[in-house]
Amino acid sequence: MRHLLSAADLDRDRADSILNTAAQLATLQNRSVKKLPTLRGRTIANLFFEDSTRTRLSFEAAAKRLSADVITFTAKGSSVSKGESLKDTALTLEAMGAEVVVVRHGASGAAHRLAHSGWTQAGVINAGDGTHEHPTQALLDAYTIRDRLCAGAGNLDGLRVVIVGDVLHSRVARSNVILLGTLGAEVTLVAPPTLMPKGVESWPCQYTYDLDEALTGADAVMMLRVQAERMNAAYFPSAHEYSRSFGLTAARAQRLADHGIVLHPGPMNRGMEISADVADGPRSVVVDQVTNGVSVRMAVLYEVFGARAQVGAIGNAEVDNFIGGEPDAQG
Amino acid sequence: MPKADVLLSGVRPLNEQACDVWISDGRIRQVGAAGSLVGDPHTVRPNVAGQILLPGLVDLHTHLREPGREDAETIATGCAAAALGGFTAVHAMANTAPVADTAGVVEQVWRIGQATGRCDVYPVGAVTVGLAGERLAELESMASSAARVRVFSDDGICVSDAVLMRRALEYVKAFGGVIAQHAQEPRLTEGAQMNEGALSAQLGLTGWPAVAEEAIIARDVLLAEHVGSRLHVCHLSTRGSVEIIRWAKQRGIHVTAEVTPHHLLLTEDLAATYDPIYKVNPPLRTVDDVTAVREGLADGTIDIVATDHAPHPHEAKDCEWSAGAFGMLGLQTALPIVVETMVASGLMSWAQLAHQMSVQPARIGQVDHMHGRPLQVGEPANLVLIDPQKRWTVQPEALASLSRNTPYVGREMPASVRGTMLRGEWTVVDGELQ
Repeated sequence: MRHLLSAADLDRDRADSILNTAAQLATLQNRSVKKLPTLRGRTIANLFFEDSTRTRLSFEAAAKRLSADVITFTAKGSSVSKGESLKDTALTLEAMGAEVVVVRHGASGAAHRLAHSGWTQAGVINAGDGTHEHPTQALLDAYTIRDRLCAGAGNLDGLRVVIVGDVLHSRVARSNVILLGTLGAEVTLVAPPTLMPKGVESWPCQYTYDLDEALTGADAVMMLRVQAERMNAAYFPSAHEYSRSFGLTAARAQRLADHGIVLHPGPMNRGMEISADVADGPRSVVVDQVTNGVSVRMAVLYEVFGARAQVGAIGNAEVDNFIGGEPDAQG
Repeated sequence: MPKADVLLSGVRPLNEQACDVWISDGRIRQVGAAGSLVGDPHTVRPNVAGQILLPGLVDLHTHLREPGREDAETIATGCAAAALGGFTAVHAMANTAPVADTAGVVEQVWRIGQATGRCDVYPVGAVTVGLAGERLAELESMASSAARVRVFSDDGICVSDAVLMRRALEYVKAFGGVIAQHAQEPRLTEGAQMNEGALSAQLGLTGWPAVAEEAIIARDVLLAEHVGSRLHVCHLSTRGSVEIIRWAKQRGIHVTAEVTPHHLLLTEDLAATYDPIYKVNPPLRTVDDVTAVREGLADGTIDIVATDHAPHPHEAKDCEWSAGAFGMLGLQTALPIVVETMVASGLMSWAQLAHQMSVQPARIGQVDHMHGRPLQVGEPANLVLIDPQKRWTVQPEALASLSRNTPYVGREMPASVRGTMLRGEWTVVDGELQ
């Protein structure tokens, strides 16, 4: 896998393989030394044109646990904020020898453009582009669902996952609809009609405006963050009305299957799309999602480095060996 | 120095019967059966037998960027591109810097155009001061200036205020002007990046819905009817727009409409590349819309083809989609694309092509005293010669524009402009700029 730009880049085998690798890597988390030497001497650039502490730290932790060198560009405090273009930044990183670029950008398609414009030869991992996609978030969500509901293995066939909120502007929803569908889950989108994308009927999922109906018996629900500015743009009349129709309260959460879990990509608006008692309650797997994000992103970095010609074999067998053997304490 | 006589032997006017056309002193001096004319001893006889002869093309919608953005295009380079594309007249849009909203600016553009000598440049005046959509520009002053402006447009921006649009339509009646509207409801298109539909939702690009174009056209044809004025609709792009224009014409409303070559050929799926070379306003639409605008052009609902030639410097396109500028080059590829989409497909004849790319745009722009004239004795020799079999491949660096933003890189074009003549003077010979 040369790049990871969209969840559509992953067929079922590839997605399974990444999730399995992530599961193996997750065992590292329980060790005192959480580091593998695999990418020692290799350079990863984290290119964050948008603020995203959570995703940036997750990728940084993933890269460092694989012993890679990490260069981080963030919009604040770098020339990016002075209007330096995506292209110039890409050329700079190329000149610094970055082999893989992790990019977060406000423009939909920015990662695609970086991968296909000829500006850089680096592998590109999309860490969120505008309102388009966020494939590693979908991978960590799938991982979390699998970990909680399928004993960490097997597939998601027949699991019912409900995604609720600002689907129109959500890259998380787009990537999840694709990936969870690939993995066999049945996805239902719930949003007010103003926040449902045009053409949603052609997406590989169901959709409804009725949250209560969708939640009944579902295995998992993913609440999307709703931004206050959507209210000002008349997508809905008030936070109160939104919350009443589309917020996840403890009473609503009871409609889920007994084992039903609650996901949220964060950061949460407690009291808006999710009530505090649900966010912090037993069904919530929000903290797991963050933990799993690191393992999943390590697995994605493996995959993308593995596709680069000058890199020696980095496959699951090698991961097994490292995990089976002694971790490199010096890395 | 008197202009040399030229004898075009065996050319086919409007792709009809071959004949000889003798040009002298800037006008068509004689037309006769093929092989019947010999000219004078000093008459030049280029080898043009078999080529199609049309009146020089007229573009009602060109962005020449001068004054203000001479890094993207100048009047001189734009006129060179126009001549190579077979045009003898272009209407230069007003969104320059400064905006062409005063007699001074339109006269400047007009004079520079005159000096280039390769193509007649007719400035379009802005409807509102600074294109700001707040108050009318001095339309009468521009109309009575040396530039003799008749077409007024805030192109690039819609005159969205209904009262202002009404006043503009009314005001230009005094001097027979026409308002050319860029139909785009601004609130429905805030941040819009591409056609709104399933694809825009999938790509995460903010949609530019068809209704934002159609709602303004519907309003404007009704306003034009109400005040008894003339409306021209720029670059319409949707099936709904074609249907509204068809309805308005049946109702007797004085409305004309244009379509661009790119809306006749390209579709929204190109946005999936995220390459802003395909970013244009209005956006590329669906296959169904392309079918509808072709049918509309063929049946005359859409009066003319206009290029919306919009040069942009490299950096405005070598970036992510949302940062990219709207617009694409059009002058040098317009004719072959209309040939491909309309003539080769059997939807129209060469005569109709001449009507919709020369005669009608000249009438709408009110330059039909000089351009879009019949191919008859005594008429000004504003002509284009086309080899309908000579194919060529678009190479951006070979285009005459200062900018390179053509969406047709590497695409094969089905016909070639071989010669262009402005008032009896060659501006293009054997496909080469003179």
